Amino acid sequence: MGELFVKERQIVVPGDKLASGMDYLPAGGAYRDGEEIRSSVVGILGINGRVLRVIALKTHYNPRPGDMVIAKITDMTNSLWFAKVDSFRDGLMTLREVPEYVDDGADLTQFYNFGDYVLAKVAAVGRTNLMLTLKGPGLRKISGGRIIEINSAKVPRVIGKQGSMISLLKDKTGCRIIVGQNGLVWVQGAPEHELVAVDAINYINEKGHLQGLTDKVSDLLDKAMKNVVVHDSEEKPQKDKPKKKAKEESDDEEEAPTRRAAGKKAKKTAKRGSKK
Amino acid sequence: MAKVIKEHIHSLLEKGLRQDGRKLLDYRKDISVEYGISPKSAEGSARVRIGETEVVAGVKLGMSTPYPDQQDSGSIMFGAELSPIASDRFEMGPPSIESIEIARVVDRGIRESGAIDFKKLCVKKGEKVWQICVDMYPINDAGNLRDACSLAALAAMKDAKFPEFDKVTGIVNYEKKTKTSLPLTDEPIEVTVLKINNDFVIDPSCEEEEFLDARLTTAFLKDGAICAMQKGGKGALSTEDIGKMVKIASDNVKLLRKAL
Amino acid sequence: MSKKIKRHDGRAADDMRAMEAKVGVVPNAKGSAMFKIGKTIAVAVVRGPKKLHPKFLQDPESGKLRCFYNMISFSGSGDRVRPGPSRRSKEINLVMENALAPALDLTAFPGSAVEVHVNLIQTDAGTRCAAITAAAMALADAGFRMKDLVSAVAVGSINGNVVADLDKTEEDISDAVDIPIAMMPNEEKVTLLQLDGKITQEALLEAVELAKPVCKKIAELQRKAITERYQ
Repeated sequence: MGELFVKERQIVVPGDKLASGMDYLPAGGAYRDGEEIRSSVVGILGINGRVLRVIALKTHYNPRPGDMVIAKITDMTNSLWFAKVDSFRDGLMTLREVPEYVDDGADLTQFYNFGDYVLAKVAAVGRTNLMLTLKGPGLRKISGGRIIEINSAKVPRVIGKQGSMISLLKDKTGCRIIVGQNGLVWVQGAPEHELVAVDAINYINEKGHLQGLTDKVSDLLDKAMKNVVVHDSEEKPQKDKPKKKAKEESDDEEEAPTRRAAGKKAKKTAKRGSKK
Repeated sequence: MAKVIKEHIHSLLEKGLRQDGRKLLDYRKDISVEYGISPKSAEGSARVRIGETEVVAGVKLGMSTPYPDQQDSGSIMFGAELSPIASDRFEMGPPSIESIEIARVVDRGIRESGAIDFKKLCVKKGEKVWQICVDMYPINDAGNLRDACSLAALAAMKDAKFPEFDKVTGIVNYEKKTKTSLPLTDEPIEVTVLKINNDFVIDPSCEEEEFLDARLTTAFLKDGAICAMQKGGKGALSTEDIGKMVKIASDNVKLLRKAL
Repeated sequence: MSKKIKRHDGRAADDMRAMEAKVGVVPNAKGSAMFKIGKTIAVAVVRGPKKLHPKFLQDPESGKLRCFYNMISFSGSGDRVRPGPSRRSKEINLVMENALAPALDLTAFPGSAVEVHVNLIQTDAGTRCAAITAAAMALADAGFRMKDLVSAVAVGSINGNVVADLDKTEEDISDAVDIPIAMMPNEEKVTLLQLDGKITQEALLEAVELAKPVCKKIAELQRKAITERYQ
């Protein structure tokens, strides 16, 4: 009979012994070392029957086809754009992958220019590059608003179960918010409200592992919104207007890839772990 | 250059706001100076924090021979190292032009103002003088490294004590420090003001620095006199701009001086 | 460790100097850590994964760890340390990479470089070990997969006695032997081993044995520093 050395939701670090015995199984973030199961990341232990999983507190974006990402155009040739999605892979977007009809030899900057941010979908992932597409509902060049960066481990936290957290953020601040799987987040609203939303997202980025997160964020938003003094009366959010806008973003489109990616990731890391 | 971010910064500034919620002329409130952070090895050292921006600086004193044209004067040297420790945008390798500029402006503020009495660094005329080396190391760049570096360099110099020097053997004993401080006669402090679009901003964030049109760094002595300046950025300034920017800087220098 | 020996600062043979560890000391970096042992202070920062240039250095199957050890100009005893890489720091970069690589899994980042930059703020011997200990925390903090932490200490012998964590005064004793060792503390496997001085085979093995419990103590401090960040 195996023995368990740590409690559910305990924070563990690489090398920590989680359990011994062959009846426990390592999943993502845990690995088997002979008789023992150890953690391979800094994370929180999740126990599901005999399966031990360590949910990393920080990670690097691991692109999967279908992921919605926010990418920055960094370069172009006469037939494709380069976009930065993560820190070391080249994101590539060919003329065929944009909704506009682009003539051969056209000036590509007229469509997507250096420094533009686009909301794109990952079409394929290679070893050192990935293919992007802008063909699909909601995919487009981003204009207005601001972009902040969070750790990609916290993307599921900012979105929440069935999109509950992002709905909370949108409802309470009246901002439009899109979370890229690569950890870039677009926020747009009245300046003061944007600031509240950004603070809350940064809070989730730092404290997303704590229990009762939704309540904490909700309190934080309520308090912050009470203190907001809107200087420019034109910008005052009429509660309904931004909500409608948020709907236009099509929530499904934003969150569906997340769940897919999360599921796949778990499966793959489990395999990886058991091989060791 | 990301247009979205630039436009966002501009549109906020027009409303008198900044991305972190500050007003245009709000200096970050949390400024701290910690002395003696490397007391075993440095003759003087200090850590400066402005918000999340952190710089450490240290002073090493060494014995050297005077320059031929200044037989009875010691010398001073400043260096700044912008390494990947502090930011993703810094690279390994020889000193970047940005680090040279930072060190040069601090150098001018201290050297040309007469804030150091170089004659007092002379041990034996024509033969032995003290050389002061001040090095600045940004640890975390969260904007406004210029002001932080200048303050850290000054704090490290204030912290410095001469090591014992044996005139007979000509050896500096770094193990033993004397009670003598550097011959500092004044305390120059730099304040940097940015011009972005048509607005002026103090104590900039990294993003504001990326999208600046022009930058003006002014170093002030204790009595308010100006002792060094550096205009940076590709944009041009009118004389009105300069007047306003110097005024903004001089209004804020006391904030930094208070932290010393 | 039954033999009672006298050390200049009153420590027992297997005592380490006072230690301090903190994670997340450089907020704009994905991973960072500070480790202090006695008067030696190391700050480690992780940058990347980034594209590795020149291209021929790239490993198409894995990311590459690159370490950059840097004594800042006012951190040495005596004269100012000249900025820039020296032969000594280049060798330390190499042994640091080899000390950390066995614990680190970078297969998710083919063709990339993961950089660890370490600044020594003040030094009093044991600097490469402090750098490795800080670097391991920074890598874990950044979220990289590691099968174990890496903890390092200099053991050695003075006047024929095996001791842990030599300081500069002890290192400077004429017959002192300095043996920097890094270990994966749970696996109890050595990933860094260097030696300078003159020592018998028996004393060497005794010193390496001593490194085990000492590294475990350091590992305990490392794990505490990492978990404290999330408390």
